[in-house]
Amino acid sequence: MSGTASGGPFALWVYLSQTPLLWLTVTLLVYAAADAVSAATNRHPLANPVLHSVWVIGVILLLTGTPYPEYFNGAQFVHFVLGPATVALAVPLYENRKVVLSAVVPMAVAVLVGGVTAIVSIVVMARLVGLPTNVVLALAPKSVTAGVAMGISESLGADPSITAVCVMLTGIMGAIIVTPLMNRLRITDFRARGFAAGLTAHGIGTARAFQVDTVAGVFAGVAMSLNALVTSLIVPVAVTLLMR
Amino acid sequence: MIASLGLILLCQLFGEIVVRSIGAPIPGPVVGLIVLLLLLQGRDRVGLLRRGPLGDGGVERAASGMLAHLSLLFVPAGVGVVQHLDLVSSHGIAIFVILALSAVVTLVVTAAAFIITSRLLDRWRGTSS
Repeated sequence: MSGTASGGPFALWVYLSQTPLLWLTVTLLVYAAADAVSAATNRHPLANPVLHSVWVIGVILLLTGTPYPEYFNGAQFVHFVLGPATVALAVPLYENRKVVLSAVVPMAVAVLVGGVTAIVSIVVMARLVGLPTNVVLALAPKSVTAGVAMGISESLGADPSITAVCVMLTGIMGAIIVTPLMNRLRITDFRARGFAAGLTAHGIGTARAFQVDTVAGVFAGVAMSLNALVTSLIVPVAVTLLMR
Repeated sequence: MIASLGLILLCQLFGEIVVRSIGAPIPGPVVGLIVLLLLLQGRDRVGLLRRGPLGDGGVERAASGMLAHLSLLFVPAGVGVVQHLDLVSSHGIAIFVILALSAVVTLVVTAAAFIITSRLLDRWRGTSS
């Protein structure tokens, strides 16, 4: 690039900001730093690596005036791995199949009760505080993993990108709340703790559960997958009933 | 390593094809998860499957590598909040509060449903045996 050498720092910035390299590097480095802080605090819930990576990168984007699609052009390579990582959940599930199979009935009951609770609680409260209808609809699938939630939101005629933000917020808050809440309620069954984390806070809750306990992580992964199914079937019905 | 990643992607690809062609309301990667689970189960029974990434523990290593940094994968979508700063400023606090309340209620109700069912089941098994 002889043009960049003569064009000075601005031309170099223009060049770099248009390649995936810059924002991919930023994403990995900021996450590595956030993860190091999380490890140094002994995985304290408030040191959640997703939360801190998101705001740090958000501030960098705002300060440099970078539009989100330009950032995503680089970060999409990380985002893509979400799909294969979901498939990879089969491995811990397989390795812990005996524990999982022995809890099929409690899981089936918990996913139905929990899935309905997630939808009904958010839609009722959103209407109570008087949020606009399109936001209420976008909030309904917030406990489901991002890709699925955005699909549900689109089928309801809401804005999928608002859903994505609410899904992330739910995930981060669920991951932060779950450990202190379960400790306070003296729930020591890691199957139940993990299942609740995965159902409420999808992949971010699952990632958190794996930090705490492998069995909790496995149950979180199962809950996330099952809730993706249950919620995509329930949301259209629940929304028609609740929005009348 | 490459073969293991290839196998994982193949499961996802298969899942996407199935979901798109029958129009099921299930995400493709979830079907991929089920396919990989069946392959891992099948490997224990059928010797023919016990080769390549399924035979040498390769797929296990690739999967645990990916899951070790599951949190990283949510960062790009999370940064999407910068697109909705207007919504954050107009309804941010209300949305934040109700999402937090809903998360607490859902966590408690789900864990309670799990534990109560599990205890009832144990009691029923205890009396029936």
